[in-house]
Amino acid sequence: MVFVLWAISVITFVIFYLIPGGDPALRIAGRNSNETVRAQIREDYGFNDSKPVQYFRLMKKTIKGELVSYSDRTNVRERLIQGIPRTASLVVGAAIIWLFFGILFGVISAVNAGRLPDRVLTMLGIVGISLPIFWIGELMLYFLTYKVSWFPPGDYTELSKDPVQWAYHLLLPWTALSILFIGFYSRLLRSNVLDTINEDYVRTARAKGLSPRRVLVRHVLRNALIPIVTLFGLDFGAAFGGGAILTEKVFNLNGVGQYVADSVGSLDLPPILGTTLYGAFFIILFSALVDITYAFIDPRIRLNA
Amino acid sequence: MTVNPAASEPLLSVEDLSVRFRTEDGVVRAVDHVSFELRPGEVLAIVGESGCGKSVTSQTIMGLTRSPNTEFDGRIMFGGVDLVAADDQQLRKLRGSDIAMIFQDPMTSLHPVYRVGWQIAEQIRAHEKVTKAQARERAIELLDRVGIPQPERRVDNYPHEFSGGMRQRAMIAMALANKPRILIADEPTTALDVTIQAQIIELLSGLRGELGSVVLITHDLGVVAEIADRVLVMYAGMIVESGTLAEIFYDPQHPYTWGLLGSLARVDRDRPGRLPSIKGMPPSLINRPPGCPFAPRCPHEFDQCAQLPPIEQRVATPAHLDRCWLTPEQKLVKRVVEGQIGLRAGAT
Repeated sequence: MVFVLWAISVITFVIFYLIPGGDPALRIAGRNSNETVRAQIREDYGFNDSKPVQYFRLMKKTIKGELVSYSDRTNVRERLIQGIPRTASLVVGAAIIWLFFGILFGVISAVNAGRLPDRVLTMLGIVGISLPIFWIGELMLYFLTYKVSWFPPGDYTELSKDPVQWAYHLLLPWTALSILFIGFYSRLLRSNVLDTINEDYVRTARAKGLSPRRVLVRHVLRNALIPIVTLFGLDFGAAFGGGAILTEKVFNLNGVGQYVADSVGSLDLPPILGTTLYGAFFIILFSALVDITYAFIDPRIRLNA
Repeated sequence: MTVNPAASEPLLSVEDLSVRFRTEDGVVRAVDHVSFELRPGEVLAIVGESGCGKSVTSQTIMGLTRSPNTEFDGRIMFGGVDLVAADDQQLRKLRGSDIAMIFQDPMTSLHPVYRVGWQIAEQIRAHEKVTKAQARERAIELLDRVGIPQPERRVDNYPHEFSGGMRQRAMIAMALANKPRILIADEPTTALDVTIQAQIIELLSGLRGELGSVVLITHDLGVVAEIADRVLVMYAGMIVESGTLAEIFYDPQHPYTWGLLGSLARVDRDRPGRLPSIKGMPPSLINRPPGCPFAPRCPHEFDQCAQLPPIEQRVATPAHLDRCWLTPEQKLVKRVVEGQIGLRAGAT
């Protein structure tokens, strides 16, 4: 894990210096600065040192939590700590919604395969997958906030201050973020269930005289949900790690995702590096959790004691 | 092994059963006007090639072939209930308790993520009100009964920790759990290697006292000879011959049965250079032409074969039915010429 994070930090660093317009001195000094100011900045910030030296200086600051933005002088660690509860609120809430409806719709589709409920849900699922978040999000804001004022215009209220306002503010972002995943998850689960239903062990379960409900839940879903666990771990890790950029931006949540977008927009290396490592950390963490969960849900994977 | 067929009422009677599947390519007539009876305590073997309708027949008894694209005709009477017309609820109460089934592939028939004992206990608890602990005790006894060593330890194993033979034993234990009156064994040995096959057959024969009646689906006549009382030979969804084990083995009437017997490796005959086989392929069950379904592959085909022969008694022994236009005398000659199929030593 440490090795992977290290490799990611190197790649981020290298990419940053490979892209055009990356010169941090120009950013710091501003567009209208003259060459002497820029030379002075290069000297002060140590941009004249060799790249490996610069890399090590940055990494040292990263580890100590002293990474500071080039453009607005804010501490990266503090900005992240500020953003995490917002991102976490968004992603955890949305994850509950998308898992619940994804599984519900997937099962309803599979059980009614080929019939009307399946067709309707399949169509809705594909529409959901196809809707870009920035579009559906803006539509929601336009109609539900500016037109009828049912919902607040984005922003965030802390959970500890006012849980009701917290949920009220997050309802639209949760919905916008879930729609895409509900579509994906229900499509995947539907096909998994339909595959599993034809397995010999499901026929055995039916031959045992079990109720259709028990056959579905204990024998079919038990296995059909395994791939969902993998997908969920990765999606959740990515969104938690700052991947819900569009949703955060549209609803102005000021979470990690928005921070990522802003720092990439201003080509600000320290926050880019910080947020990339933060995101990578969560993605790796959740992949590991998926692997561990696998051992619990599938005994064939368990290592022999 | 001796059951007096005439003395006992049938436990299960299949009356003129037809099963058709609607598919994209057309209607598959998987089972075509099949009638037979199963008497208490007997082992009835249904034999035939793959796709002859034997598995569909047996799964229809369990109601496992029901689907929006399946059509049924005829009746399957069991304890006064018609299993074809019974609603799902009625059928579910019978499954696993009165009629149990074991399947061809024990590797895939057990659920991979549940412990073997749990799966047997689930079977018990599906039909009887017992505690989990009692069900587990019963599962251990059952595993012991089917010859699993160290059952109190093995009960907590997962299926992947069992060998193929042990899994089939576990399936048998599960099937026996609620003391069914009928056990349907759908090719129980096909997926196993030969020594394990012999052990499973030995186990099934050893359990005959507890099994009630058995419907054994197989294409292995060696297995049939081992434990069956009566035999049905199926071809293209129809019964082409039925009779007692001795009648089918020593006085087979249908050329298809001769083919099956002729392709059996035997230790009491000279070894042929190559085992004979029945030429050709079983017919498609979609749009089957009229006439005898075996005629295109039959070496003895003649003009009358363009019409479907009825299944009826043509020889002196009662209840020995076949579906062939040839007279028993003609058949005897042909069997001698064909290489002594189904003849007792000294019969010629």
